[in-house]
Amino acid sequence: MSAHDHVEGQLPHEPEKATLEARNKILGFWLFLGAEVVLFGTLFAAFLALRHNIGDGPSASELFQLPMVFAATMILLTSSLTSVFAVQAMHQHNKKSMLTWLIITIILGLGFLGLEIYEFTEYVHEGHGFTTSAFSSSFYTLVGFHGAHVAFGVLWIALVIGQVFKKGFNVVTAPKVYISAIYWHFIDVVWVFIFTVVYLMGKVAG
Amino acid sequence: MKRLLPLLTGLVLLLTACGREDLSALNPQGPVAEKQFELMKLSIGIMALVIVVVFIICIYVLIRFRRRKGDKTIPKQVEGNHTLEIIWTTIPLVLLLVLAVPTINNVFGLAKDYSKDKNAVHVKVTAHQYWWEFEYTDYGITTAQDLIVPTDKKIAFELVAADVKHSFWIPAIGGKMDTNPGSTNRMFLEFPKEGVFRGKCAELCGPSHALMDFKAKAVSPESFDRWVAAMKAPAQMPADPELAEKFTSQCLSCHAVGENGGNSAPNLTGVGGRETVGGILYNDEAGVEQNIHDWVIDPQKYKKGAMMPTAEDNSLTPEEVSGIAKYLAEYKLDY
Amino acid sequence: MAAHAHGHKVKRYSGLMDWLTTVDHKKIGILYLIAGLFFFLIGGLEAIIIRIQLIKPMNDVVSGSTFNELITMHGTTMIFLAAMPLLFALMNAIIPLQIGARDVAFPFLNSLGFWTFFLGGLLLNLSWFAGTVPDAGWTSYVPLAGPIYSSGHGVDFYVIGLQIAGIGTLLGGINFMATIINMRAPGLTFMRLPMFTWTIFITSALIVFAFPALTVGLVAIMFDRLFNANFFDVANGGNGVLWEHIFWVFGHPEVYILILPAFGVISEVISTFARKRLFGYSSMVFATVLIAFLGFMVWAHHMFTTGLGPVANGLFSIATMLIAVPTGIKIFNWLFTLWGGSIRFTTASMFAIGFVPTFVMGGVTGVMLASAPADYQYHDTYFVVAHFHYVIVGGLVLGIFAGLHYWWPKMFGRMLNETLGKLTFWTFFIGFHLTFFVQHFLGLLGMPRRVYTYLGGQGFDNMNLISTVGAILMGIGTIVFLLNIFITWAKPRNASNDPWEDGRSLEWTISSPAPEYNFKQTPLVRGYDAWWKEKMEGNTAMTPAEPVGSIHMPSPSILPLIMSIGLFVAGFGFMYDKLIVAGLGLAITLGCMAIRSLFDDHGFHIEPEDQDEGVQA
Repeated sequence: MSAHDHVEGQLPHEPEKATLEARNKILGFWLFLGAEVVLFGTLFAAFLALRHNIGDGPSASELFQLPMVFAATMILLTSSLTSVFAVQAMHQHNKKSMLTWLIITIILGLGFLGLEIYEFTEYVHEGHGFTTSAFSSSFYTLVGFHGAHVAFGVLWIALVIGQVFKKGFNVVTAPKVYISAIYWHFIDVVWVFIFTVVYLMGKVAG
Repeated sequence: MKRLLPLLTGLVLLLTACGREDLSALNPQGPVAEKQFELMKLSIGIMALVIVVVFIICIYVLIRFRRRKGDKTIPKQVEGNHTLEIIWTTIPLVLLLVLAVPTINNVFGLAKDYSKDKNAVHVKVTAHQYWWEFEYTDYGITTAQDLIVPTDKKIAFELVAADVKHSFWIPAIGGKMDTNPGSTNRMFLEFPKEGVFRGKCAELCGPSHALMDFKAKAVSPESFDRWVAAMKAPAQMPADPELAEKFTSQCLSCHAVGENGGNSAPNLTGVGGRETVGGILYNDEAGVEQNIHDWVIDPQKYKKGAMMPTAEDNSLTPEEVSGIAKYLAEYKLDY
Repeated sequence: MAAHAHGHKVKRYSGLMDWLTTVDHKKIGILYLIAGLFFFLIGGLEAIIIRIQLIKPMNDVVSGSTFNELITMHGTTMIFLAAMPLLFALMNAIIPLQIGARDVAFPFLNSLGFWTFFLGGLLLNLSWFAGTVPDAGWTSYVPLAGPIYSSGHGVDFYVIGLQIAGIGTLLGGINFMATIINMRAPGLTFMRLPMFTWTIFITSALIVFAFPALTVGLVAIMFDRLFNANFFDVANGGNGVLWEHIFWVFGHPEVYILILPAFGVISEVISTFARKRLFGYSSMVFATVLIAFLGFMVWAHHMFTTGLGPVANGLFSIATMLIAVPTGIKIFNWLFTLWGGSIRFTTASMFAIGFVPTFVMGGVTGVMLASAPADYQYHDTYFVVAHFHYVIVGGLVLGIFAGLHYWWPKMFGRMLNETLGKLTFWTFFIGFHLTFFVQHFLGLLGMPRRVYTYLGGQGFDNMNLISTVGAILMGIGTIVFLLNIFITWAKPRNASNDPWEDGRSLEWTISSPAPEYNFKQTPLVRGYDAWWKEKMEGNTAMTPAEPVGSIHMPSPSILPLIMSIGLFVAGFGFMYDKLIVAGLGLAITLGCMAIRSLFDDHGFHIEPEDQDEGVQA
């Protein structure tokens, strides 16, 4: 029952689900993501209600540069794929490969954050500040909440990587890898919606 | 539980016309409130039926199935009963259907838009902290606190708020509608009987929310026409030129009389003939001149959060206050 | 396995530190109870002042501004800081016992949930000392709650306090969902769950899906107020009606979050004291799920007068009326549980039986309010005040009183005094009906809600007087209840495992109070009403599902308290524009999260030889 009953090398195929504690964590985390869906859903609703109210500021179609956002999207989608590879490596009990993929994932995450910060600075220069209009406030809140989630994810996965290095790969660290990967997919999915609703609709539907 | 039955009987009795004629939703004075009252009576009837059934079963069960002292018998453990369960699912559905049909009917009936109707009187209501502005868009006149309406026409309201959210409600004439900042709501009311009806703000809007009353005065069509003409006539100013000058500089920067003055405070044209001062000081009690006098000296005393400064801050001497009170009290419109 | 084989020395605290660090769901339940009662008293005191101000026309006990502060804090405190924690107290004390579990799924988060709730609530109430109290109503409609019309820090206390407290509630919801899904004893299938566990399961789901909406709304107001955002500022393109939608998308499910657990308590209490199986168990479960589901699609019935147009008003009218059907099913199931039973009148059963007709009265006015055109008259009047007090006090609070009297021996090992209990019931019950029954008519006669005073001669005077007298009677009832607690506290523990003798579910199979590890051996559940079934077959104990063995327990931790203090500090930092303080507070919280992740909690074990001594609470 205790974590130490298992020694490395004797891990089950799905080490993240080996203990009741871990199964609880995974279930609890899915429930938490359910709450996150409502959180982002409400942020999207607020954005959709306010996105045409641009006041004196620039409109969405004047502002958004699709190529850059597209690049950010690709980076984040790729990072989701690399986190899948990490979990696959975990299932094969390949610690080294798992760590490599996790590190690539956070590098991609950092790349995305860098682009987002650059993007926001550009917007502010173009007169699209947080307080400019209802559109700008709801835009920065929605996209910024997502960005904060990405930043938190980067820190979290880094912490998990450190723990796997230090404590080894076992039934205690495996669920941490697995759950942080679920989280990473989730923020990726949210981004797909942001890309569609905020950027594509902003550009195309004005 | 037995105590409640007499209360229920009382409820039915109370419903047969109770409360003040000028205020109570249970004593409707116009077709809109009447339709709503019909719906209330229907729903109260259905619900009283439900309550009676539940109470009877409840009281019966409590008397019949109480445990005697030392009773150790184990009652039969019943899982359920499909027939009963179907009954108490179906009957409520039928009862709800009975209520739902007139509900939907009235939802659409009361939402009719008369804003383009040439036969209706169009009033734009602007709610302020803590007073009401009524603009008659057909006639280009504006008044405050006392809404004057003819008995023969539908009144099509446009409702907006100047600051925070308020809600426009004349219980005896019809249900309320919110005034939202930044968007316009529409509703209509009819006032077939002459009389003065009490109106209230029904949405928390600040410290003096409770005091944000107004009056709706329904008058005959001829009288209404005379009122419109009187409102359009040139304003009367104080006879004393010095007082007139003071009145113009200190009062008309916000208030207006006739065509003179600003619009950030209640329009004072014919204020002496209104029912109240400030919506809450009744002129049939202390007299209009006294009320205006008290109000001008210290509005905050009667309505906390009102924007109007005290007489002192407005640099009015006691004599000037008396003069203005006298002038305004005598400023009545003949209609 | 011997004790030393595990090798983890865990510091075990005593006294105050024990309570600050506990991760035991039973102790956390008691903490919720104490905090909930504390806030209940504050909210009650506010209610009494409100009623005294309204005892006669043009009274001037408090000013209009103070009155608005009182109503805002009364509503907010009662709903978020009294009703919800009292439910969480019952949930924590009972759910793991009812499902045959040794603990909840996340003991650490459970503690964190309590401390965030408590410090959030504390922050909100410190506004009284800061001298700027939230005053825009518990609904905080904008723009009144926005930066222009509420320029002090009052509403900041509301948005930040509720955000912090909301984290705690959300954690509790997730925790209990996971607990009920994953931690049930062998044989305890979903359709064998006690009704209280079912309602807590559904309530937890509602919490998980409703609270985040409120969080977003509060964040939006906070950004408007603190960082000049424009969500609700009409002049810059914002929209106040958006707040109403967000608030009620949360707010209506919140009503069911509150009432469903009361339904669960009533089901348990009525079934026990009628000595009869709950009538129509499966339809009760179905009705609960249906109420929760419909609860998410009726929010706009709070906004019939906002001007959403006839189509929306019509649809939301019909959807709202539909909720009456599953609720009616429940009412009749309770009545037919009593039918043919052998009803014993205890304080708990009197509160439960008193609940049924009272809640029906609140329910039928709910259907009346659902009819939109009639609601144009009821909305924002005392009719609505009467309605929601009938469902929340007449429903939820009577349910909580029933539950507390019923489970008190299981929580504390002592029976509450029945004479004082019945006195509590009669004073509170009669006081309640006196206070709120007349308010229906006040509303219909034209008295808007949230008015700090009213002019004489409008026909309001007598009924307001009656209402105030009733409120004082309710206050007396509450004081008697507190007296009962203190008096029985001084007496020795006297409760047996199954003190009501007719207990039906697993919590009555273990000692009162339960030992630290709840079940020495996880029980095997062989049917609905597991304990009753065993008793009827002549057994004196449950069949164990496992041999006696070493029991693993989570370690106590001070981190939840420190994390919550971090948020508390951050809250003040944001409010008073000290972003460094805010950052420091958040850093404390995040740092504790990292510590929790880095240092794994291996817990400790209670060995079989120590197990029978470990009874404490």
